[in-house]
Amino acid sequence: MPILFYVLLLFIIIAALIAVETQNLLSSVICIGAAGFGGSLIFLFLKAPDIAITQITVEVLALIILIRATISRDKTFISGDREFFSVIVSVVVVLVLFLIGTRVFDTFPKFGEPAFAVETKTEQTASKHYLTNGLKETGAANIVASVILDYRAYDTLGEATVLFTSILGATVLLRKQAKIKVQT
Amino acid sequence: MLYALCFLLFMIGLYCALVKKNMVRIVLGIVIMEYAVNILLIMIGFRIGGEAPILSPPQGLPLKTSLQSVDPLPQALVLTAIVISLGSLALMVSICIRTYQRYGTFDITQIRRLRG
Amino acid sequence: MNGMTIIVKNISSWIKILIFLFGIYITLFGHLTPGGGFAGGVILASSYILLTLAFGKRVTDENLPLWLASRLDCIGALLFLAISLVGFLFGASFFFYNFIQQKYLAQHASDFHLVSAGTIPLSNFAIALKVGASLFMVFLVLSTFRPGEPAQQE
Repeated sequence: MPILFYVLLLFIIIAALIAVETQNLLSSVICIGAAGFGGSLIFLFLKAPDIAITQITVEVLALIILIRATISRDKTFISGDREFFSVIVSVVVVLVLFLIGTRVFDTFPKFGEPAFAVETKTEQTASKHYLTNGLKETGAANIVASVILDYRAYDTLGEATVLFTSILGATVLLRKQAKIKVQT
Repeated sequence: MLYALCFLLFMIGLYCALVKKNMVRIVLGIVIMEYAVNILLIMIGFRIGGEAPILSPPQGLPLKTSLQSVDPLPQALVLTAIVISLGSLALMVSICIRTYQRYGTFDITQIRRLRG
Repeated sequence: MNGMTIIVKNISSWIKILIFLFGIYITLFGHLTPGGGFAGGVILASSYILLTLAFGKRVTDENLPLWLASRLDCIGALLFLAISLVGFLFGASFFFYNFIQQKYLAQHASDFHLVSAGTIPLSNFAIALKVGASLFMVFLVLSTFRPGEPAQQE
């Protein structure tokens, strides 16, 4: 079973590498779309169908937005890196961070054995409470929906605020009436 | 090992955001980092042989499923994070379009006034 | 933006209804099946985006113009806030008190129905309205923006 996850993750990594290193900007955006659909597949095989549906729809919209940004621009072929010294420094920093950061995963629980509900532990964790009492307390069969809309709905309210603010920023940046009014 | 591959994906995104000159490509690097973080969070809650945290009527008894299901809490966190990433992507793309319209290029080394 | 060829117009005029119905299904049954307000809202927005891409901007201005999309966005956000606040009237001391469901379960003991989850379908509807309207508004702003017009005047 984990071989499937290795294959999908390698697919995503290869798509991301092509997206980073290719010359044309439009094909780079399309490779990002391939990485996103691979992510949707891996969510589906990780038993998270809610996130798979959301990811695959969001990915379509993100592709439309990104292609709108890149198409019909004159110079979509700007590639190449920054100055040589800063490139070297960045690569070294990224490599050192990777080598140090992989040590962190030794402290994680093993893959496939989540820390929340081991049978030997008797203490009540939050996830165990949601799984055992979620249907009785909220009436929703989908535990994820009961978490995001009942137990932790305050998070969702904050998320709605963040989405509202970012959309507001985008529309304010792209409006065209204001400049004309200032002129007249 | 799977966690390390997710971290490698994150580092590819970080490299792209740090090194590249094109503005849209920096945005793509941030998008790759978001993918890596989402996949890592879901992987922590995965249980081999577990089922999706959605109860069906014959399955009925919720008490039994707490030892058979995957962790629902990271899924709830990631579900909101995906939609937020779309909103922030729209904001970043609109900033890129405005900058292109003002300066005529996506190259951030050509945009002098961005250098503080 | 005059739209595409007649093949695309004919097919998308049928497909858009199916996409819209699928979005409503995903939204309303979000507490029983996979889905929910976020995915449903994005699907609702994508049906209108298909309409815009196939038929051009003039059809969209008649169906869902920009001011109506922004009003729907605000209505969704305020509806979600109202759901969180109404629970105070029923004797709760915190946000998002599930006031319908407490009364319902006192009378019926059945689960797995559309109405068995209290305020969760209402919250799903509010979130779908908010997410769909705001994403469609972003797409409309991005697609109608013509680069170069205001910049020449500065």
